[in-house]
Amino acid sequence: MTIAAIDCDLHPAVPGVAALLPYMDEYWRHTLVERGIEALESASYPPNAPSSVRADWRGAKGQPPSDVGALQAQALDRWGTGAGILNPLFPVQLPFSRDMSAAMARAVNDWVRAEWLDRDARLRASILLPNGVEEALAEIERLAPDTRFVQGLVLCMGEIPLGRREWWPVHAALERHGLPLGIHAGSAWRHPPTSVGWPSWYVEEYAANSLGFQASLASLLTEGVLGKFPGLKVVLIESGVSWLPGFLWRLTKGWKGVRFEIPWVDRPPSEIVRDQVRLTIRPFDAPEDGETVARMLDHLRSDEMLLWATDWPHAHFEGDATVPAGLPAGLLPKIMVKNPRATYARLREGGSA
Amino acid sequence: MARHVVAPVAEIPPGGRKVVEADGKRIIIFNLSGEFFALLDRCPHQGGPLSGGILCGLTQSDAPGTYRFSRAGEFIRCPWHQWEFDIRTGKSWFDPRRTKVRPFPAAVATGAELAEGPYVAETFPVLVEDAYVVLEA
Repeated sequence: MTIAAIDCDLHPAVPGVAALLPYMDEYWRHTLVERGIEALESASYPPNAPSSVRADWRGAKGQPPSDVGALQAQALDRWGTGAGILNPLFPVQLPFSRDMSAAMARAVNDWVRAEWLDRDARLRASILLPNGVEEALAEIERLAPDTRFVQGLVLCMGEIPLGRREWWPVHAALERHGLPLGIHAGSAWRHPPTSVGWPSWYVEEYAANSLGFQASLASLLTEGVLGKFPGLKVVLIESGVSWLPGFLWRLTKGWKGVRFEIPWVDRPPSEIVRDQVRLTIRPFDAPEDGETVARMLDHLRSDEMLLWATDWPHAHFEGDATVPAGLPAGLLPKIMVKNPRATYARLREGGSA
Repeated sequence: MARHVVAPVAEIPPGGRKVVEADGKRIIIFNLSGEFFALLDRCPHQGGPLSGGILCGLTQSDAPGTYRFSRAGEFIRCPWHQWEFDIRTGKSWFDPRRTKVRPFPAAVATGAELAEGPYVAETFPVLVEDAYVVLEA
């Protein structure tokens, strides 16, 4: 383990709405209690699904670890992690009310700040963005002065494609503040997670996330976001990795023939994506033998795109196997230190409140 | 390279094209506003017949949502995968350095000049008072 390794995907679990109430204003504190909204669960992570929380990291009642002590014991201290980025998945994207979504996002972000960032100097966090563009923008502006917030976080399946012009003020603000756009697996459940309709099973939905990532990536690219905001980095989080080369092949091949439709995309999509898009390596979605992994990395044609992440406390590995098998040892310093530092401007600068 | 008299000028009007055989190759002759250009009738991608494609212009952009259109009719799109090639150079738009169609010199000569030879004999009579498209291939 490299001392300065940066874990780019850690999930602080909000134990329930009650934990957020102290971080809400009087209206929301009262109304959530009055309405009996005690929990908000997204179907993206069923509490008892084995993949949602590693068995040996669950609490006595099977609950996910939800305090900084657990994170330190299970991950940071154990693996000697230099810095870790918290990506809260409390589903603030679920409420249809713009106001409730924003109130919950503000509370989660302040909860993360007070109960995690303030308690361990190694930690950084994403700004969890609410559904509304104006509200997302306000949340970025509210928290950007605290440089321990290192990116903006959305789901790969939101209300509208992320490249649409409605979203551009958010992209502009992120670029201006040196914050990457983090896109995490998951859905706001406004649309079926597959383009052919609702899946019947959890495994079907889980696997469909890569389609959501593909759609989001294609939207950002074809709408011209990556070209218009060249300083913007996009991080695909918990996306899987191995689907990317085939998708880029298709996107680039199609672009050669119909690029006149999107003339602002004036160089091959695969090149643009290699310059501005990064991916966390859990899950990795590749066989474990080194030769196959090397071939896959070859297809990426870049050693700068991958970021180390354990995806704590989701279950991807046993014990301390924090790096997917088959990754060449020579690449690890890049994946664990150099690439995260290159991706997250605020990690380079050192964070402060 | 031999010089081939491939058509009377009047046979390929501006915006028109003609496929000819020369030196065992299929070659497309284009008339762009009175200037003649020639490209091998074979896409460098998978060998598609470029002559079956549509003529298009150049679409560029300074920013998302803006369209700058120029050089109408000066590009040909392969009918198989719609890659755009610059008729003036044979270069593809998306990868001009590596992906290009072989161009051939084409020019206009008068019948009087052609009477002096040496030229490959063609299947039509060359009249001193007419103009002809001459291809080097």
